[in-house]
Amino acid sequence: MPEAIPSTEAYLMLSGTLFAVGLIGVIIRRNMITVLMAIELMMNAVNINLVAFSHRFASLEGQVFTIFVITVAAGEAAVGLAIIIQLYRLKSSINVDEASELNG
Amino acid sequence: MNAAFLVFFVVGTIAVASSILVVAMRNPVHSALFLLLTFLCVAILFVVKDAEFVAAVQVLVYAGGIMVLFLFVVMLINVRHLPDDRTLSRFWKGGVGVGLAIFLLLATVVRTGTYHDQNPNKKLLRSTASHRVRKVTNPDGSVTRKRVVRHRTVGNSEAVGMALYQDYLVPFEVASLFLLVAMIGAIVIGKRELSAPEEETSPDFILKRMETEKDVKEAMSA
Amino acid sequence: MNPWMHYLVWPLVKFLVAFIIVQGIVAAMNWVERRLLGFVQARLGPNRVGPKGLLQIIADPVKFLLKEDIVPANAETIAYFLGPILPLIPTFLVYCLIPFGPPPTFVAARVNVAVLLVLALTSTGVYGIILGGWASNNKYSLMGGLRSAAQMVSYEVPFGLSIVGVLMLSGSLDLVKIVNYQADHIWNLFPQLIAAFIFFVAMTAETNRTPFDLPEADSELVGGYHTEYSAMKFAFFMLAEYSAMLVNCCLMTLLFLGGWTLAIGGYGLTTQTLQHMGIPGGMLGVLIFIVKVMTFMLVYIWFRATFPRFRFDQLMDLGWKWMIPLALANIVVTGVVVLLGQSLNFQGEVVLSIAGAAIVGYTLYNLRPRAKVVHASRVSEV
Repeated sequence: MPEAIPSTEAYLMLSGTLFAVGLIGVIIRRNMITVLMAIELMMNAVNINLVAFSHRFASLEGQVFTIFVITVAAGEAAVGLAIIIQLYRLKSSINVDEASELNG
Repeated sequence: MNAAFLVFFVVGTIAVASSILVVAMRNPVHSALFLLLTFLCVAILFVVKDAEFVAAVQVLVYAGGIMVLFLFVVMLINVRHLPDDRTLSRFWKGGVGVGLAIFLLLATVVRTGTYHDQNPNKKLLRSTASHRVRKVTNPDGSVTRKRVVRHRTVGNSEAVGMALYQDYLVPFEVASLFLLVAMIGAIVIGKRELSAPEEETSPDFILKRMETEKDVKEAMSA
Repeated sequence: MNPWMHYLVWPLVKFLVAFIIVQGIVAAMNWVERRLLGFVQARLGPNRVGPKGLLQIIADPVKFLLKEDIVPANAETIAYFLGPILPLIPTFLVYCLIPFGPPPTFVAARVNVAVLLVLALTSTGVYGIILGGWASNNKYSLMGGLRSAAQMVSYEVPFGLSIVGVLMLSGSLDLVKIVNYQADHIWNLFPQLIAAFIFFVAMTAETNRTPFDLPEADSELVGGYHTEYSAMKFAFFMLAEYSAMLVNCCLMTLLFLGGWTLAIGGYGLTTQTLQHMGIPGGMLGVLIFIVKVMTFMLVYIWFRATFPRFRFDQLMDLGWKWMIPLALANIVVTGVVVLLGQSLNFQGEVVLSIAGAAIVGYTLYNLRPRAKVVHASRVSEV
């Protein structure tokens, strides 16, 4: 008998929870760094999904795409943090609501 | 209950709890530390699902790179001295509502039994496939070419590596290009341009001295 | 065998044994370093407590235990406590993954992504420094933490890239397989001479040792990230630094110096030979391993005694403009030679060894001491 491990559904529920928490973070926080962290959290939730399905269908695609997602997350963090630093230099604040010049 | 379930419940609970703390913490440094904890927990969950390579990459990239970068920026800005009278956005109630709605939506999509694990062939996660064309003599005497797929059992890292470099070569190269663009973008955006007075007062004697040093070096090597 | 014994108890016992031995070595290293530095700088070093000052090893921890534990006002209490303790965890975890002798007896956990995991764990050591610097509520500490973060992120890249050549040659991420490959062919030090050099410099930078000790530069930043720390907390920082040094030396030995084997081309003390000799053979392997690791620890200290500290922009220049391009070039050359060697049936290692030796020889020839000629009119300006 193969060793039983937590089912795909359990992983999907966990991933859904993390995604929802990340989404709430993105919407309700005003500190830009925390917002960026919440986005990373959402990306990681997606990774959990991919790995779970990769195991479910016994195919490596999920794991390969997880690596691509991690790559994108790394690039996004680098550019995002650069923008935050520049915003801080401009306004001495990293509040998301402050950056609203294009609001019209 | 076996070990895998125990690990899942303990680590999963920690992951969810610390992810909530990421969003709830006032101080970004604390948020970053809890995010780090979440990433480590997720890496452990990857190992449970037979993805050691991805787990190692997760720890290496997130813990070793991204979170250090976050902490670096937090300290560079030194958020301690920023006024944080209002942490939450104006429409935080709506935000929580949207989040809960998304969670409910996802929860209803996930139905028990829909993704029933039909004993997945775990060997496929640790094997590379190579195609070979073999000549086959049919019963009627004609010779046709037949494609044969051979699975060779290797480690998970080698299997992922083969998949990356064989089946996903173009996306892989695009990803490398993406990283290059992201790097250039980050440098261009983050660079601080010298203000006009700074530019003007860039001391002449340093430039002069550099010239002299260069001359002397040339004289030395000649 | 009982799975609990096999998966939990035995690895734990092995880990504890390795842990105790390694901690003993770490404690002794402090004395060795101070004596050696004294020798290099033409002074005595600690020589009061016990014969040759050997009891200093015990005297230091006792002093640390008895000193007053100070928490600065307005420090972030939890982060301040976590700072010294956090880096110890990944460093100790790495001991589980490092094979100290021939498998299976002398490895606590054999993982097929061992190299990646070791890299990942060692790279998390920086959090202690960052946290400690930030939590102290002191601008010098904060500067130390900032410098450390920048330095670690920069040198992580050449550190990882320099290993890639080794991985290409041996075709595995498993440390045991890498060692066996070297015993069957040649120590990776020779075909990967430049990579070994980059690895050594990068690992010196990773552990914040002179000449890369900018995070704790005492002439600029008082003590850097550990300015506000005293007593046991300070001792923990030192413990983490020395443990990280030892881990890096173990990695260097495993990746470039053939680990516990003493063989070339499959002749000599290979893993099989040692395994046939039973437990004494294993012990011999561990002894060889420790000798190699200690050699590198001494080179570390020699490094510290020889070079002055870099300036920060010089440090960044060295990392980004020299180390990384050099490591990338090394990867390309190694890949091409390995591929050609496979298709044309020649020993890629030999070609790489000759090429590496030629480059290093040429560089050393160019750096040979020469008489300096300065024009007389310029002397006053320099």
